[in-house]
Amino acid sequence: MDITSDTHSQHISRQFNQELEALKTQLMTMGGLVEQQVQEAIQALLEGDSRLAEKVRDRDRDVNAMQLKIDDECTRVLARRQPAASDLRLVLAVIRATADLERIGDEASKIARNALTLIDAGNNVRGLVEVRHISEHVRRMLRDALTAFARFDTELALQVVHEDDSVDDEYGSAMRSLMTFMMEDSRAIGPVLNVMWILRALERVGDHADNLAEYVIYLVKGLDIRHMDPAQIDEDALTRKE
Amino acid sequence: MTLPSRFRPASDSIIDFPAETSCFQIEGLGLAYGGKPALRGISLRVPRHRVTAFIGPSGCGKSTLLRALNRLHDLNEEVSHEGWVLLEGQDIHAPDVAVDELRRRVGMVFQVPNPFPMSIYENVAFGLRLQGGLTRRRMDDIVEWALHAAALWDEVKDRLRASAWSLSGGQQQRLVIARSLAVRPEVLLLDEPASALDPISTLKIEELIRSLKSQLTLILVTHNMQQAARVSDYTAFLQDGELVEYAPTDTLFTNPSLRRTENYITGRMA
Repeated sequence: MDITSDTHSQHISRQFNQELEALKTQLMTMGGLVEQQVQEAIQALLEGDSRLAEKVRDRDRDVNAMQLKIDDECTRVLARRQPAASDLRLVLAVIRATADLERIGDEASKIARNALTLIDAGNNVRGLVEVRHISEHVRRMLRDALTAFARFDTELALQVVHEDDSVDDEYGSAMRSLMTFMMEDSRAIGPVLNVMWILRALERVGDHADNLAEYVIYLVKGLDIRHMDPAQIDEDALTRKE
Repeated sequence: MTLPSRFRPASDSIIDFPAETSCFQIEGLGLAYGGKPALRGISLRVPRHRVTAFIGPSGCGKSTLLRALNRLHDLNEEVSHEGWVLLEGQDIHAPDVAVDELRRRVGMVFQVPNPFPMSIYENVAFGLRLQGGLTRRRMDDIVEWALHAAALWDEVKDRLRASAWSLSGGQQQRLVIARSLAVRPEVLLLDEPASALDPISTLKIEELIRSLKSQLTLILVTHNMQQAARVSDYTAFLQDGELVEYAPTDTLFTNPSLRRTENYITGRMA
């Protein structure tokens, strides 16, 4: 059965209400931090700001700590409340989402580390146009996935699922053009590889945002669309309001 | 009295089973206490060799429905009913149905264990003696089988002549189940069978319920939703005397189709 974002405010047990609300709030906080990590890692690269890159790299610890804290609270809710139906799906979705957010955090720190290498080398780096373009795309996906989670918005979540395909296409074509740079100029191989790793990390961020969007659909509709061919997804059923 | 040619199921929220695999077919059952309706238009089928749970808030009619299945309401003159209850295709209210035979086929276990004030052995043998015609040896065999089936044999085999009252609450409840099993019922109705028991005894009863379904059909009424989730294959949710939703237990507890069900099982205000 369909749920809406206000569904969780009607528990007979107010304490339980607050616990579920707290899970959501903390997940959103973690999501915000991770979003900022990706944004600042890219900014550090584009602006050649090594201090910012170091900050991103070091702050990954905070992301990891948040995952442990939220998972711990999910465990406690499962043990003490034995949630059912949409409450159960919320807790499961939060547990799954923290894992993806933590991985996005890892990708951000990977970007920061490669950015530091590039900044240290000080060369004129090629491929930054592609990085800027794809990073804007995946950051929008991440933001939309988190918004969809906060609002229980399956329509927006589905949009994110579809976006992922076009990110994959953009990633493919960026990789092809970077290969030609390497073939043209062997001295560029090192820095171009760093850029490729950064693009790879961004592409992975898109995949994780896609996962987050899938959890929103599971949470709201009770349907698990993971591993489903996008063409098979019955969009009408997923976006229909009761 | 004949059943309407086609069983009337089944909205999306009420699962249907083929008549051939159903033990009970309930069709348009309504029941009133002194004119005050307690059940309205209940239509559902109970599959054979499965555990089906009836859940719902106090006063929703779940116990009333359970009791209707072996005509316990006959004892109350105020009760009137309409509709049909078919056991293996046979109308249980038909004039040629002997109520005592119906209650042998459809046993009942209540909330508070009610062993008779006699020995453990005599409790289990009670129904067999009423039926008569058994040799002593055959009776011993059946008593032993029933106590085994109720997972009580190992605890009482050395004191079968002791009073049933010497047993703990959980043991007494299993004794009562053994007493029901001894007359080889097809269905066992359980009305809050564990709500007066401690958690360990409760788990033993739940384990027993699961182990019995290879031999008979079990229908469980419980206000403990976790218990329904743990032991039942199918769950029917009743509210205000109506059947709201009836689905595989896995579905009902993870993704119910109706808001009323969702609100009840997650503990929300209506």
